[in-house]
Amino acid sequence: MTQTALSPEQHVDYLNDGYGWKSWLFTLDHKRIAMLYLVSVSFFFALGGLFAGLVRLELLTPQGDLFGPDIYNRLFTMHGVIMVFFFLIPAIPAVLGNFLIPLMVGAKDLAFPRINLLSWYIYVVGGLFTLGAMIAGGVDTGWTFYTPFSTNYSNSYVVATGLGVFITGFSSILTGFNFIVTIHRMRVPGLGWFKLPLFVWAHYATSLVMILGTPVIAVTVLLLALERGFGLAIFDPTRGGDPVLFQHLFWFYSHPAVYIMVLPAMGVISELIAAFSRKSIFGYKFVAFASLGIAVVGFVVWGHHMFVSGQSAYASVVFSFLSMFVAVPSAIKIFNWSATLYKGSVAYETPMLYALGFIGLFTIGGLTGVMLATLGIDVHVHDTYFVVAHFHYVMVGGTIMGYMGGLHYWWPKMTGRLYPQFWSRLSAMIVFVGFNLTFFPQFIMGYMGMPRRYHEYPPEFQVLHVMSTAGATILGVGYLLPTIYFIMSLRKPVHAGNNPWNAVGMEWQTTSPPPTHNFVSTPVVTEAYAYAEGGQGVH
Amino acid sequence: MSMHVSPIRNYVGVFVTLLALTLITVVVAFQDLGPLNTLVALGIAITKATIVILFFMHAKYSTRLTKLVIVSAFVWLLFLFVFTMSDFVTRGMMGVSGK
Amino acid sequence: MSTEAHPLLAHHFETLDQQRESSTLAMWIFLVTEIMFFGGLFMAYLLYRWKFPLAFHAGSHHLDIRLGAFNTIVLICSSLTMALGVRAAQTGERKKLTGFMVLTLILGFVFLGVKAIEYHDKFAHHLIPGLHFQWDGPGGREVQLFYSLYFAMTGLHALHMIIGAGLILWLLPSCVRGKYTADYYHPIECFGLYWHFVDIVWIFLFPLLYLLGRH
Repeated sequence: MTQTALSPEQHVDYLNDGYGWKSWLFTLDHKRIAMLYLVSVSFFFALGGLFAGLVRLELLTPQGDLFGPDIYNRLFTMHGVIMVFFFLIPAIPAVLGNFLIPLMVGAKDLAFPRINLLSWYIYVVGGLFTLGAMIAGGVDTGWTFYTPFSTNYSNSYVVATGLGVFITGFSSILTGFNFIVTIHRMRVPGLGWFKLPLFVWAHYATSLVMILGTPVIAVTVLLLALERGFGLAIFDPTRGGDPVLFQHLFWFYSHPAVYIMVLPAMGVISELIAAFSRKSIFGYKFVAFASLGIAVVGFVVWGHHMFVSGQSAYASVVFSFLSMFVAVPSAIKIFNWSATLYKGSVAYETPMLYALGFIGLFTIGGLTGVMLATLGIDVHVHDTYFVVAHFHYVMVGGTIMGYMGGLHYWWPKMTGRLYPQFWSRLSAMIVFVGFNLTFFPQFIMGYMGMPRRYHEYPPEFQVLHVMSTAGATILGVGYLLPTIYFIMSLRKPVHAGNNPWNAVGMEWQTTSPPPTHNFVSTPVVTEAYAYAEGGQGVH
Repeated sequence: MSMHVSPIRNYVGVFVTLLALTLITVVVAFQDLGPLNTLVALGIAITKATIVILFFMHAKYSTRLTKLVIVSAFVWLLFLFVFTMSDFVTRGMMGVSGK
Repeated sequence: MSTEAHPLLAHHFETLDQQRESSTLAMWIFLVTEIMFFGGLFMAYLLYRWKFPLAFHAGSHHLDIRLGAFNTIVLICSSLTMALGVRAAQTGERKKLTGFMVLTLILGFVFLGVKAIEYHDKFAHHLIPGLHFQWDGPGGREVQLFYSLYFAMTGLHALHMIIGAGLILWLLPSCVRGKYTADYYHPIECFGLYWHFVDIVWIFLFPLLYLLGRH
């Protein structure tokens, strides 16, 4: 690791440019807003993790001995709602994207700094709404809020939770909208589209999905609240309404939302693979356009969530067929990353361990997705743990691995500090082992017929459930370790220097942490991933 | 990019056209044209909206990017309408209950 | 025109043009989200109109076409005054801009007043969906769907009008002070885009809600 000549005392950066809570809560600096998001997103991740832990604890035994069905339903619902809407969707864009996109395009800030801050406040308000609903008693509909259960029958706090989701949606819209305008209008002169890092391409595609999809879930949840709260008839079957319409509107957003979660992670992985193979990314344009392809095709596949909900067989066939197409751009990415690794001088630094983990786990998650998009298989395993395992491989094995990898890669840039290499490598491996132990048994039990969302189960599934719970414990340790050493790195600093990985890219041209206006002098535009082939490794 | 200032008479012309189309759509609504009623009403509404977008909202004079943004919104709206309706209109066509 | 030292240029933009282009692009993207937001409602309308054409005709027949048409004209007028207001901002005519903004605001209030009369009439005739909904003709079940959509769509439209009126009141002091000039008028331009969009929503709501089943 190289040390800069500049001692930290002389260096004015965004972190020591003003102190006190006001300088944070009223900041317009995208980097500080990213840090605000980091704190709040981590809080919700811990909370969602707590619910997951309670769910796994109950499932240790076949009987419902720890919680009754009512409490259990609320636990898995709160786990889903908090993880999806308050962690997975904002995590990478709002923390890493917010911090890095202006740096990567050579701008002083996002196009609309006030709106950026507003988006964080909206996120917090939406989060408080949901927390309020949770403290009042939670919600038991599942994160999908399916009608008519959610409108006519559930006795839990559907409207309050729904409004929390509705409000948070706007924060995600504002983030996406800021990114699109920034990427279009704020690039430093000379920085063409094909010189942009793939991280930026991925966030551009993500932003498109946020802009085009989120409003539809907003209006859907609003209609649900109007029906439940004011007696409007929209989805109510007793008054001629159609609950399947709710599912269509819900999945029109919520399927593309999966790409809001995983596309940014793919962007992170592209950066990591290139940096730690010391190679230019293989098939840059393919990877870039694959992001856009996923964003577009991802919008016309939502019916594969509804194969058993009374959707017409013809529509199901079309949706099944189109779903196969999403696998193509995803596979293109996997192949190009693998080709980048080929003959690269691979350095097994912590971020790279997460990246390699991502490739393996996302491949499993993606391929089981293709299985589930196949009509015949889905009818068999619909609403079983097979589905649960599939989407956790994509969301935890994909998104969270990408998020953790990115956090470890850019932590020295964000804070100027290094974390202990031994512990971070160890934690990456613990996460990988714990994750597989948690979710692989779920594929097996799902295929054997264990349905999701039940607090009791036949005793023959117990071995698999115990494995899963044990894995979840290991996974929890794997996430606790980074929390500890990241905080330690702030208290007992080891200074990282400006570019500890010897990576290329504009964010590494400035100091760590960056100054308030990001660059002291206009950054030099280079080709993306201009690594000298076969060049020096990290050490 | 230079800004475009349209002459006032353009705006008045657009205004008169919009009023005329409103009148036509009301008059047509009282004639029985069968299924054509809906189509004509929608056609007029789309025409009016297009005129507003092009002239009042200056889309005609804006960048290609802005035009692309506008068009993509309506394309995505079509995704929503077409794929959702593709389910409902093909219900029961197979002759197997529930399919 | 020298833009380097313009007091209204935000620090992270290089030129006023870049700032203005970013704002209009952003406004259009925001309108895309609005289109998709109302799109969900239109989707529900499309499905139920297709399923229950007779109930929708019957429900629509009870709406006052004269008030609906009047409001349509009011909104078209307000769109004209808005467009002329943006033009006045472009040419830096302070008094004209203020006048057109005030006119737009007044027309907006006229629209909302008429809407309030209509809502009151629906209330008096027990046409608010829910427990007290009454419909004497056939198909009352499905007519409730029509009225639910009527209230959801016009209600959200009216909410957008109210927000628009609030924004005019917020922009008005700066108009009076002469903040908007040929160099810097994009707040007015963006607001104009919003106002026209709200008008476009009504252009669709009027035939879809008021004009069916008239023949």
